[in-house]
Amino acid sequence: MKKVLSGNEAFARAAFEAGAGVVSSYPGTPSTEITEHAAHYKELYTEWATNEKVAMEVAIGASLGGKRAMTCMKHVGLNVASDPIMTLSYTGVNAGLVAVVADDPNMYSSQNEQDSRHYARFGKMPMFEPADSAEAKRFTKEAFDLSEEFCTPVLVRSCTRVSHTQTVVELEDRAEAPHFEPENNIPKWVMIPANARKRHRIVENRLLELQELAEGDKYNNYVIRDKSVGVICAGVTYNYVREANPEASTLKLDMVWPLPMEKIKKFSKLVDKLYVVEELDPFFETEITAAGIAIEHIDRSLCGELSVDAVRALFNSEEYEVEPDMSLPFRPPSMCPGCSHRGIFYAINRLKLFVTGDIGCYTLGLLPPLKAINTTVCMGASIGMAHGLDKASENMSEKSVAVIGDSTFLHTGINSLINTVYNNGHSTVIILDNGITGMTGHQPNAGTGCDIHGAPTVKIDYVNLCKSIGVKPENIRVTDPFDIAACMEVLKEETSKKEPSVIITNKPCIFADRSVVDKPYFIHEDKCSGCRICTRLGCPAILWKEEDRVAYIDENLCTGCHLCIKVCKFGAIEQRSK
Amino acid sequence: MKLDILMVGVGGQGTVLSSNIVCDVALANGFDVKKSEIHGMAQRGGSVVTHIRVGEEVFSPTIPEKSADIVVSFERMEFLRYDEYYGKETTLILNTQVIAPPTVADGSAQYPDEKVAQTKKIFSKVYETDAISKAMEIGNPKVAGMVILGILAKAVPFKKEAWEQAIKDRVPPKTIDLNLKAFDIGYNI
Repeated sequence: MKKVLSGNEAFARAAFEAGAGVVSSYPGTPSTEITEHAAHYKELYTEWATNEKVAMEVAIGASLGGKRAMTCMKHVGLNVASDPIMTLSYTGVNAGLVAVVADDPNMYSSQNEQDSRHYARFGKMPMFEPADSAEAKRFTKEAFDLSEEFCTPVLVRSCTRVSHTQTVVELEDRAEAPHFEPENNIPKWVMIPANARKRHRIVENRLLELQELAEGDKYNNYVIRDKSVGVICAGVTYNYVREANPEASTLKLDMVWPLPMEKIKKFSKLVDKLYVVEELDPFFETEITAAGIAIEHIDRSLCGELSVDAVRALFNSEEYEVEPDMSLPFRPPSMCPGCSHRGIFYAINRLKLFVTGDIGCYTLGLLPPLKAINTTVCMGASIGMAHGLDKASENMSEKSVAVIGDSTFLHTGINSLINTVYNNGHSTVIILDNGITGMTGHQPNAGTGCDIHGAPTVKIDYVNLCKSIGVKPENIRVTDPFDIAACMEVLKEETSKKEPSVIITNKPCIFADRSVVDKPYFIHEDKCSGCRICTRLGCPAILWKEEDRVAYIDENLCTGCHLCIKVCKFGAIEQRSK
Repeated sequence: MKLDILMVGVGGQGTVLSSNIVCDVALANGFDVKKSEIHGMAQRGGSVVTHIRVGEEVFSPTIPEKSADIVVSFERMEFLRYDEYYGKETTLILNTQVIAPPTVADGSAQYPDEKVAQTKKIFSKVYETDAISKAMEIGNPKVAGMVILGILAKAVPFKKEAWEQAIKDRVPPKTIDLNLKAFDIGYNI
């Protein structure tokens, strides 16, 4: 049966069809929906792990235990999971293990646009790169076989344009995976130096064997069309090339590591001019040039994503850039109406605190009018950076706070808080506990109280957690983020202390708990003074009517959070009675 | 046959259901289809864009410059942001609903009514409707997207039955009649 599936649905389908047993991941755009879809297959054990390193280790354990395992992450998630996977390359696997990593060229929803292909070379592991959903399914299924055949973890690289593109896929049935007993093999699995030295040799040999596979007929095939131009490309870029220059001969790299250098050499001799077209880093270009194969150098930007037009421009030696119309009013994502982060960010803004921020919806606190984020680096960075600021500058801890969401705190913030307490820091950390992993689309986490299927489970108690780390109980403040006055008071008190403090907000994301949605508010035009203070909350439901010089509320958007009545000094805002 | 449809709107307007139905219809008619989305983050309010490409064999998931056959704008001004994709051969299906961007909401910028009026003149055809009001006529503003889909269905060469089947397959069973009614309103505009 044929169906239109997104790349992410196809990756999940592949795990199902390949007879996989365990999927463990941490959410991250554009990879999140793989694991969400995997959770729909009752044959798979699927979970949200606390971070990508944990997820990778769960997958390793599952492989060791005899079940095919998959872990999925965004590109920067692989940084977090890099520690286990770099040594997993040495141990190898028992049952097949596949890691899907989704890059984000153009950074639609990311803090950098690193190119994951480097990890395949770095870790000496094979990497596939599908061009569409059909290949996403096929390559991922074959990756499980390859993993077992060559005793290696296998990487599958996606990108936003593969993960979030739907294409036609032929569905197949679930196959029974090969049987593996749980493995107990100390020289293979205990990476003390004496064992690891032996395993390293195996890894180098394995790479040579994989190279032979890459040279074979199964992958990386070329098609000769017009012999004057040959193009080496992979993944979604192959589709851009085919459309931009349909007559060009192509060598499509299904496996982007190791590279089939003999085949590339052969292809280079069949065409007059050889080009490499790739997105982001000159990964193929560097390797192919180093192998002594002459290619026509294309002068191109190493930033952003390609398109049909961008590829055409490359061949015409033109610059290609789409200039957005800057005259149009910008429409960035913003904190939703009713968002529980808005009130405390307003308080932070009023106190003019310096904010080390983190990764999540609250990063949007950066935008005007709240303008209450000063740094964003990576998951969990807010707390360590606040501690560094404190140690570098005499009074900085009195003027700054770290802001981190619940899921990000559990991901990699908790270690940093232990560090702050252990090293006698003075910083104040705000844990924005809205009970959900918001930005990636409302996934439950260890602080939610339910698992990926919504089944009840243990819920982290942040207060007791912080106490057990060593934060003094009087310095742990649970605060209603909609109570602006209380937020300001607590912020003033805790930042003034020469001790570590934690402020925990306690209102849910409106998508995590719909019961908080209430009747909308409206503004009495005759009472509105036109002071605009309510518009400074940055709530999308509060609008300004220029011709009447009054504010008004879009009642279709308003969720009845009542934050605006706290700032209106004229009593002009009232809730609808029905 | 080649059909490139660009759908643009604002996060939370529910463009996903409409675009999924287009894909189903294209597949049911034996065509290759690709649909690529940039839906921003989970929050409401950001600009969203979906590329749908139908043909014998579709390569790129995104539409090349100037080659959109149809632009569907779920919000009155959103199509202005994507002007590289349309030209004088393009049809515009425009929902006249206004969702104020933040700078318009706080009064620091003007809604670009003049530019909307000027840019509409570029298109070969413009179908304009207030889909929310149309949907309200049958009692539920949530099916406004179905009204738009009805207009789109009329503008492309697939049979009406294929659309109706795809709608039945995609919407919650209890809402099939309501959705079909909304689709009909759009189809008969």
